[in-house]
Amino acid sequence: MKNLFLIGFMLVSSFSFAQNEGYKVGDVVKDFALKNVDSKTVSLADFKDAKGYIVVFTCNTCPVAKGYQERVSALNTSYASKGYPVVAINPNDAGAVPDESFEKMQALAKEKNFSFPYLLDPNHIVTKQFGALKTPHVFVLSKTNKGNVVEYIGAIDNDSEGENSTKINYVQNAINELSAGKKPTISSTKAVGCSIKWKKG
Amino acid sequence: MRVFFIICLSLITYSVNAQVKMLTLDDLERRIAKGKDTTYVINFWATWCSPCVAELSNFEKLRLANLKKPVKVLLVSLDFKSKLQKEVIPFVQKNNIKAEVFLLNEPDQQQYIERIDKKWSGAIPATLFVNKEVRRFYEKEFTETELKNTLLNLK
Repeated sequence: MKNLFLIGFMLVSSFSFAQNEGYKVGDVVKDFALKNVDSKTVSLADFKDAKGYIVVFTCNTCPVAKGYQERVSALNTSYASKGYPVVAINPNDAGAVPDESFEKMQALAKEKNFSFPYLLDPNHIVTKQFGALKTPHVFVLSKTNKGNVVEYIGAIDNDSEGENSTKINYVQNAINELSAGKKPTISSTKAVGCSIKWKKG
Repeated sequence: MRVFFIICLSLITYSVNAQVKMLTLDDLERRIAKGKDTTYVINFWATWCSPCVAELSNFEKLRLANLKKPVKVLLVSLDFKSKLQKEVIPFVQKNNIKAEVFLLNEPDQQQYIERIDKKWSGAIPATLFVNKEVRRFYEKEFTETELKNTLLNLK
């Protein structure tokens, strides 16, 4: 009996540990203040008229993230005016991968005409709060009385290579449903992406 | 002398024609089913994934250590199909990879990730140890010793 209790306790504690590894759908997000490519600080609270946010963990070098760059820009074009701006965060450490440096982020944002903030996350603090695991990794938030609540976590669509005939635009669908006052039908998806390049040591 | 020349020539042609075949999950399941007592060590990797590239040599060592046993190492690349000729095949040639290399031919990652393992987040490297009785999936990097021990303790 004592053993059973111990096993039960271990199960519960490992379960609660797993729950602490980043936000899950329904959690309230802590706001942040990160440096944008224009050197100004950006917080979620700065978007006064936002109804929600499309937080995208993306980077300079990952081929999958690069493959999605235009789709991220298109999301901002379509949805910023409807109250759901894109906020992109680079989770990678430039010490681990030099091409992930702030200067290279600035160059990329300029070259690709990013119409949304592209933020640096030194020491991976916000990345770890969210529990982002790869690039690209999307978190759709809605602004509520409780704060900014996570509504969707996962991929932008199920078509990373632009060849899937049964393409589903998960992020677009989630926002369309939120705008209509509904919860996203699909609230989490999986995707292959590049692992986060963590700071060494 | 002539025989030697022919052997050299065939070796050269062999290495030049590094084969990377397209593989669907149906192909993979059929292969496992046909494998009788063979244990397949299937590593999911990509040329752009630096931790994956770093551990490939450990899979080569595992392959070499098990040549006489019913063990097959399969390296399944998740690179874009459009990169097969330009990146994947040159990478396999340059790194002299002798294990069987495939490029995953599945359009919908949402489906194939779940099909390979329900617990998989989609992050790579990831490795599946599978035979007719056992199926173990690991979303992690492996050292040479960890690979050896995981294979030995598979049950």
